Order: sequence, then structure tokens, then C-alpha cells
Amino acid sequence: MSSISSSEKRRTRFKKFYGQRYLQVMALLGVAWMIVFNYIPMYGIIIAFKEFDIISSISAAPWVGFEHFKAFLEDENLPYVIKNTLGMSILKLVIGFPLPILFALFLNEIRSAFFKKSIQTISYLPHFLSWVILGGIMATWLADVGIVNKILMALHLIEEPITYLAEPDHFWTIIITSDIWKELGWSAIIYLAAISSVSPEYYEAATIDGAGRFQKIWNITLPSIKGTITILFILAVSGLLNSNFDQILVLRNSLNETSSNVIDYYVYQTGLLSGRYSYATAVGLIKSVIALMLLLGANYVTKKLNNTSLF
Amino acid sequence: MFAFKRQSASDAVFDMINNFVMLCICFMTLYPIWYVVVNAFNDGADAMRGGIYWWPRQFSLESFRAVFSSSGIMTAMGVTVAKTVIGTVVHVFFTAMVAYAVSRRELIGRKLYMIIGTITMFFGGGLIPYYLLIRDLGLLDSFLVYIIPAMFSFFDLIIFLSFFREIPEALEEAAKIDGAHDFRIFYSVIIPSSMPVIATIGLFHGVYQWNDYFTGMIYINNTDLQPIQTFLFRVVAQSSSNQMLASMPSGVAVTVTSQSLKLATMVVTTAPIVFVYPFLQKYFVKGFMLGAIKG
Repeated sequence: MSSISSSEKRRTRFKKFYGQRYLQVMALLGVAWMIVFNYIPMYGIIIAFKEFDIISSISAAPWVGFEHFKAFLEDENLPYVIKNTLGMSILKLVIGFPLPILFALFLNEIRSAFFKKSIQTISYLPHFLSWVILGGIMATWLADVGIVNKILMALHLIEEPITYLAEPDHFWTIIITSDIWKELGWSAIIYLAAISSVSPEYYEAATIDGAGRFQKIWNITLPSIKGTITILFILAVSGLLNSNFDQILVLRNSLNETSSNVIDYYVYQTGLLSGRYSYATAVGLIKSVIALMLLLGANYVTKKLNNTSLF
Repeated sequence: MFAFKRQSASDAVFDMINNFVMLCICFMTLYPIWYVVVNAFNDGADAMRGGIYWWPRQFSLESFRAVFSSSGIMTAMGVTVAKTVIGTVVHVFFTAMVAYAVSRRELIGRKLYMIIGTITMFFGGGLIPYYLLIRDLGLLDSFLVYIIPAMFSFFDLIIFLSFFREIPEALEEAAKIDGAHDFRIFYSVIIPSSMPVIATIGLFHGVYQWNDYFTGMIYINNTDLQPIQTFLFRVVAQSSSNQMLASMPSGVAVTVTSQSLKLATMVVTTAPIVFVYPFLQKYFVKGFMLGAIKG
């Protein structure tokens, strides 16, 4: 009895499936794309546990277990690669995360709609420039005869021109500053959108109660966008190990190596440039696992603290 | 609201400082770009001395003439235009198509498809396995490497989804009664009524395609298939502008330096984006908000 009804169910399900065959083809093309371009590379991770060379196939390569992971722990480059990755990311988080919020809060206080719109348009223009272009701009600014050296020398802060990109000491500053310059206005869009959906009644009520400008920002605007801030914070924490690869690639050179090499670049360097495929994959895998743990951790903590989470 | 606006002294001071700070931010944003532009329009040999801040000292178009007469750059520009146009159309169409299918509640397996997609947002194979895949698919040194691996994005699919949900179902019903199948509904009903989100995703992806140098750098060896950003990367980051200068046709004036050539190439590369984006921004702010609310 039950077998009949289940086969019948299957038949009606198949009929329904057939009825939506166009939709299914449309959806399954997307699934097929993801299997090829997202899931096959995930399968490719197993070369981290094998001794893979470029000529043989993935399945034919011999297993070596955790050898590559052990090698990474003993790698002499490990200390500064980790230090640079974390150092630059944490600085970006500490400085680069609150700044767009501040910018959005104060931009929202501008009275003239035209002025506000103009500032916005200008502030996110750099987002559309490529890091290659930005690398060129930075090189022009930071050159011997560039404007930064001219200003600092005019102010007698330095005696002779500094070749900034050739000195490891300045690299982190250059990375953080250029990142903020490029993304400040763009990152603020999300907060501005959240602010604009706050009901004006709250502000009117607060005005009647005699609240000042800063009190309104502190007691109404900021709490209203707390949810957006939390979500973006979780995403920022999970991306902590994602040094902006494009940016690093453009601004790094062999002279600033000790403060410019990060995990992402190290994977590229050992893997694609030196051909140590298995080793580089192992390093990349360590990174992905830590990133995933950071994401879940940040999600858990913010859920406990204020009931907002990604999932 | 307006009736309450009695400006107190502290309010006025706040406004003044706030406006001033905002003007400073605008200046700091625009000036670095302007600095590059004026230096590019200056005579190359003269610009070497530095000190050009506001306006070209010796106005010259020689560097630009050199850029446009160099066949390498023009080929790269052609590749970039082609990959941006084709890549964007394919990306928007394909991603929207998949999004439309999974936006339909009656779709069998919809939940599974969404789970498959969500996982890809948080976990991937990394650079090396991805490189091996591209190699095994035979996409190395092929124009298609710019198009196929970039034709879909699950993140963009989510933005499409939230937009498609707002389209009234009556539109689809009407088309269905007329006997249209689902794909037909997609391209003749859904696409025309989704222009804001299509413009948004199109702009995002167009900018990605225009700015991407990494794909050209690691998957392409053939210089005829190299996009302008990769070309520029080799010039800017790897200081091969002297080679670029050496490959120039002999008629190029001696005042063009490797530096001025770099600057002129940067200006030429960036100009299209700077001109296009103010026209499209009213669309993308809306689309961005949709994406933001979804998180």
C-alpha cells in the first residue's frame, strides 16, 4: 500500500519537475557552474595532503599526510608572514572600520542636500579606480621629487627625501592610508542607507525633549544602525586574514619584503612562482580554516552580546 | 520640522566645522587624482623636475600621442573593452537567469540549490587548486578565461533575488496565460522590469572587469590577449616602462619619459570609468542598499 503511494508521489513529483523543466534548466546551469568553479577547487585541496607535481594528475599523486603543514610551521618566513597578515589586518579593522561610520554620521548632519550629495559622489570615486592605478598614484606621490617629500622637507620634518616604497618601515602606513583613501566613502554608503531609514519622528521627539546635536547622534542614530554595524563587523572579522591581495601585489617589492609579505602573497609566491603547489595549497588551507573559525566565532559572540548575527 | 530650526550658536559652530572637515575630505580625495592628471599633461622631461601641483607648467600632449600610437596599448585597450562588454552582459544575464529560477517558490530543490550556493560564499579551494582547474579546462591563454569563470556570482544572485521578490506576480501570471514558458517570461517580462538592479550589477561587474589585472597576469602569457590593467601593472609595479619606451615608434618626441608615459596611460585607462559612473550612480545606490539589507 505504502509502496504504491510513494511511487505515485514520485510520479507526481516527476510530473511537477517536468512541468517546470525550463526553470530547472535555468537553475541547474547555475548549480553546474558552481560545481565546476567552486566545488572542484574544494576537491583540489587534497593536494595539500599529497606530493603533487605539475605533470601527474591529482589522484595519482602519493599521499604524504600532514607533511606540508609541518613544513609551514618550521618555515623561516612564517613569523613575518603571520605578523604582516595579522598586523595590517588588525590595523585596518581598528582604524578602517570605525572611520566610515564616523564619516556617515557626520555627513548625515550636512544640511544642504546638494552639498551632501556632492561630497558623497566625490568620496566614493576612488573606489572605482583599480589598485594598479592607485599604485601608480602612490608611486608618483611618494617619489623623491614627489609631493609628500616636498611637504615634509618644507616643514623641516625630514632632511632629505625618503624612498618610501623601498623601506619596510613605511609599508604598513602606506597600506592602511591608501586603503582608507580608496574605500572610506564607499564603505559609508551602507551606513548612510541605514541612517536614512530611521524614522524622523524619533528626532522630532528628541528635539522637543531638548536633545542637542551630539545627543541625537549618540542616542538615536547610533543605536538605530547598530544592526548594520554588527553584521559588517562580523564580515570584517571573518575577512581578517584576507589581506587585500591586489593592493599588496601592486605596492610590494623586494626591498620592502619583510613587512609586505602576507599569507595570500606567500601562497602565490610559493605556489605559482616557485611551483610548490602542494605546499602553497596547505598554507592556503590553514588560512581558510582560521578564517572560517573567525567568522563562526564573531557570529557567536555578537549573537550572545546583542542578538544580531549573520545566521 | 522646519519651524523648529532655530539655529543656536553651538549649532552654527558645529555646522561650520563639519562643512570644513567635509571639504577637506573632498580635497584629499580629488587632489591625488588631479596631481596625476596635470603631470600627465605636462612635458615629460620638464615634469621630472617635480613641483607641478595645480596646473601643467609646459602643457604637452606628447605623452598621450605616444600612448595612442603604441600598438601594445591599443591592443590591450581593445581586449579590455571586449572583456568588459562581453563579460558584463554574460555575467548579468546568466546570474539573473539562475536567480530568477531559484526565486520561484514552487521550484523543486530550491532549498538545496541555495545551500550549495551559500557554502561557496564562505569556503573555497584557494588559489592553487583554482589555477589547476583553469589549466585543466584549457582556459589558459584563452579570451574565455575572462568570461566563463566570472559569469556567475552567488552574492549578486542574492541581490537579484531580493529585487525579483518585489515584482508583482500578476505580471508573470499574465504572461503564463498567454502561453509563455518560464524562460520566455524571464527574458521578456522579468528583465525589462528589473532595469535598476541590472544596471547596478552591470556597473559593479563592469568595473570589476575593467579593473581586473590579476586574471590577465596569471592565466595569460600571450601579450595580444593582455588587458590594459595587466599591461599597466607590468609598467607601474615592475618598472618595465623603459621597455615600453624602447618599443615606441621612432617618431615619438624625446621629451616623453617613462614616467610621463606611465601617467598618460593611467589617465587613459581611468577616464572611461570616471566619466561613466556619475550617470549610473543613482541606480547603484539603490541596488547597493538592497544588497546591504540582505547582508
